[in-house]
Amino acid sequence: MAHAATAHDDHGHPTGWRRYVYSTNHKDIGTMYLWFAIFAGIIGGILSIMMRIELAEPGIQIFHGLAAMVYGGEADASIDAGKHMFNVFVTAHGLLMIFFMVMPAMIGGYGNWFVPLMIGAPDMAFPRMNNISFWLLPPALGLLLISMFVEGPAGAHGVGGGWTIYPPLSTTGQPGPAMDFAILSIHIAGASSILGAINFITTIFNMRAPGMTLHKMPLFVWSILVTVFLLLLSLPVLAGAITMLLTDRNFGTSFFVASKGGDPVLFQHLFWFFGHPEVYILILPGFGIVSQIVSTFSRKPVFGYLGMAYAMVAIGVVGFVVWAHHMYTVGMDADTQAYFVAATMIIAVPTGVKIFSWIATMWGGSIEFRTPMLWAIGFIFLFTVGGVTGVVLANAGADRSLHDTYYVVAHFHYVLSLGAVFAIFGAWYYWFPKITGYMYSEAIGKAHFWIQFIGVNLIFFPQHFLGLAGMPRRYIDYPEVYAGWNMVSSIGSYISAFSVLIFLYGVFQAFARKQKAGDNPWGAGATTLEWTLSSPPPFHQFNTLPVIR
Amino acid sequence: MRFEKLWAGAAVAMALGAGAAGAAEADGHAVPWQMGLQPGVTPVAEYIHWFHNYLLLPIITIITLFVLGLLIYVMVKFNAKANPVPSKTTHNTLVEVLWTVIPIIILVVIAIPSFRLLYLQRDVPQGDMTIKVIGNPSWNWTYEYPDLGTNDDGSAKVSFTAYLKPKDKLEANDTWLLSTDVPVVVPVNKVVRLHVTSDPEGIIHAWTIPAFGMKIDAIPGRLNEDWFQATKEGVYYGQCSELCGKDHAFMPIEVHVVSQADFDAWAEKIKTAGADEARSFLMARLKAQGQVAQK
Repeated sequence: MAHAATAHDDHGHPTGWRRYVYSTNHKDIGTMYLWFAIFAGIIGGILSIMMRIELAEPGIQIFHGLAAMVYGGEADASIDAGKHMFNVFVTAHGLLMIFFMVMPAMIGGYGNWFVPLMIGAPDMAFPRMNNISFWLLPPALGLLLISMFVEGPAGAHGVGGGWTIYPPLSTTGQPGPAMDFAILSIHIAGASSILGAINFITTIFNMRAPGMTLHKMPLFVWSILVTVFLLLLSLPVLAGAITMLLTDRNFGTSFFVASKGGDPVLFQHLFWFFGHPEVYILILPGFGIVSQIVSTFSRKPVFGYLGMAYAMVAIGVVGFVVWAHHMYTVGMDADTQAYFVAATMIIAVPTGVKIFSWIATMWGGSIEFRTPMLWAIGFIFLFTVGGVTGVVLANAGADRSLHDTYYVVAHFHYVLSLGAVFAIFGAWYYWFPKITGYMYSEAIGKAHFWIQFIGVNLIFFPQHFLGLAGMPRRYIDYPEVYAGWNMVSSIGSYISAFSVLIFLYGVFQAFARKQKAGDNPWGAGATTLEWTLSSPPPFHQFNTLPVIR
Repeated sequence: MRFEKLWAGAAVAMALGAGAAGAAEADGHAVPWQMGLQPGVTPVAEYIHWFHNYLLLPIITIITLFVLGLLIYVMVKFNAKANPVPSKTTHNTLVEVLWTVIPIIILVVIAIPSFRLLYLQRDVPQGDMTIKVIGNPSWNWTYEYPDLGTNDDGSAKVSFTAYLKPKDKLEANDTWLLSTDVPVVVPVNKVVRLHVTSDPEGIIHAWTIPAFGMKIDAIPGRLNEDWFQATKEGVYYGQCSELCGKDHAFMPIEVHVVSQADFDAWAEKIKTAGADEARSFLMARLKAQGQVAQK
C-alpha cells in the first residue's frame, strides 16, 4: 500500500525549475515562501543594523556616507540625503518585516505546509491560486526595493514616510515616483494575501478529513483561520486607502488634501482600520504555533482547547474595533478616546486566557526542553512583557506622554520581534525535521536561541527607558542625554545579528549533515496528523483520506 | 576602533546600569541613563506620573513577575526528569473563571483613574491666555500670541518662528537638538490654551513638552486644542513627535516658564524690539535674578 502510494506520487511531477515556478503543490509553495521570508528578513535585518549603528552615538555617524555611497556625491554634502535615507530605512525595515518576512513565513510558509497536513487534506483548495499568491510577492518586493533608488522628495531617493505612510508626507511631502512604487508594492502584496486568505478559508471549511470537525482542528489551523479572516476583511480597506493616496498624488483628487476639502486624518482612520488587525495577523499564527509546540513538548493536550480557539476569535473580532488607539494625539473627542481605551483594554482578557492556558498546559506535563520549546517558552514570557506595556499604552491619558516615543517601539518589538519572530523560529526548529527530513543540531539551535534572547532583550528593553524619558521615535539624531541606553540597544542589535548568522549556519549544517529525523522525532506528545507521514512527506499525501475519531 | 568604543560602551553600561535607577532627575529635559518619566510640572503631568509610576508600573511588573514565576515553577516541577508521566488534565473550571475575572477586575481598577486623567486632559479649561502654534513644512514652529494685541488685519502683533539653534550658536545653558533660537515664554501658574495647526500646504507635526504631560498633532486644515498650566518656573524642552521628513529630529520646542512680572516685561519688549531682542532681554533679566547660570 505504502509502496503503491509512493509510485503514484512520483508519477510525472515536474522537476527542476518547473517544479517551483509552475508549482501547484502546497509543500513546494510553502518552502518557497519560507526561503522568500528568510531572504526578505535578512534585508530587513541589515536595514535595522544600519539604523542601530547610526543611533549608537549621538550625531550623524554613517548615513551621510551611506547616502553618498549609494546615490553618489560627497559624504559631507550628503547630510540631508543621509537624514532622508534614515527615514527610508525606517520605512523599508517596517514594510519588509511585516509584508515580506513575518506574513510570508507564518501564513504562506507554515500555513501552506501544515494546514493541509493537519486537517488531513491532499492539498490546498485552489492550488493554482496558491501559485499566483506566492509569485505575486517577488514583484511586490522588487517594487519596494526599486522605490529606495528612485526619487522621493525633491532631490532625494526613496520613501521616508514610515510604514504608516501618512499623508500629506506621503503625497505632497514626497512627490517623486518612489512613493508610487511603494504603493503598488503594497497593492500587489495585498492582492497576494487576499488570494491566499480565500484559499485558506476554502481549504479549512471544505477539505477537512472525515471526523475532523472544527472543534477538533489543531490550534495552529484555528489561528490561521482567524488570521485569514482578518486579512480578507482588513486588506481591502488598506487597498482603498492607498488607492486614494495614489489618485491624490497623480490624478488631482483631494481625499486627504486639507486645502481642497479633504482630510489627512481620514487616511489614518482607514490605515489603522487595516493596521490594527494587521498586527494581530502577525501574531495570531504565532499563538497557534506556540500552542502546538507547548503541547508537544509537555506531552499533554492543550489546556482549555475551546477557550484557546475562541480567545483567538475574540481577539480577532475586538481587534477590528480598537484602531484609533494609534491616534490618541490627533485631537479626537474625549468620549471617542474613552471608548477606544475601554475596547483596547478588553483585548487583554482573551490574551491573558491564552498566556495562562499555555502555562496550564505545561502544568503537570513532562516537559522536554528541546530547541522549539525554548523558543515557545521565550515567546510566552516576552509576549507577556510586550502585552503589559500594551495595557499601559491603551490608556489614552498615559499614552499622551508615550505616543510616538521609543516606548512604543519597545512595545511593538516585544510583541513582534520577540513575539512573532520567536514563534517563527520555534516553528522552524519544530517542523524543520518534517519539512526536510533532516534533524537540526540541538547545540546550534540552543546557542541560536540563547544568543538571540540576550540580543533582542538588550535591544528593546532599554528602549522602554528612552521612551519614558521622552525620546521620540524615527529620529536619526538625539540629544546627548539619551546616548547611554542607545549604545546598549545598539550592542544588543549586533549580538542579535550574530545570532542570525548562527541560525543560517545551523540550517547549512543540518543540510550538510543529512542526519535522518524519522517520521516523528518528538515522540508521544506530537499528536497532529503531519507526524503520521514520512519526513519529508510524500509529494502528494492523504490519497486515501485519514479518518479522525 | 569601532569595536573598542563598543566594548567601552558596554562596560560603562554595566557599571552604570545598577546605579541608573537612582540617577538624578531634572526639570524640562531627560538626564543620562534616565529610566522613568521626566518630572511633571503641570497638574496633568503629575497625574500621569502618579498613574504610571504608582499604578500601571507596579501592576505590570507584578503581572510579568507572576508569569515568570509560574514559568520557572512549571519548568522546575514538571520537566521530564522530575515528572516522567504527564497528567491528562485539560480543564479546571475554577482557574479558568479566575484567570478571566481577575484580569477584568484589574482592568477596571486601571480604567477608573485612566478616564479621569483622559477627561482632565481633554476638557480644556477656560484659559488665561492663548498661544497659536503652527508647524511649518520647513521644520520649525511659528508661535502667535493673540492676547498681546492684534494688528489691523487681525494678525497677532507678537508672532515669531523658532528654529533649531545651530551648534555654533549654543550658549552655556543650551542643549544641542533641544534649544531653539527664540523660546516660547509663558507665565507660571496660568492656564495656557494652545491652538495647534500646521501650514495648510504642509505636513503633520506634533507639539509636545514631556514635562507638561501633553502632546497634540499639528495637522493641516485642523485646529487642535490643548492646554497646560505649568506650576514651576524653568526651561522645558520638547521635540516634534510625528514623522515629518528629513528634519523631523531637528525641530525642537523650548518653553520658558517665568513669573508674571518677567512675562509682562518680555511681552512689552517683544512688541517693540522683536523676538531676538526680547529673548536677550529676558535672559539678562533672569541672570540678574540668579535664575540662570552666568556663562
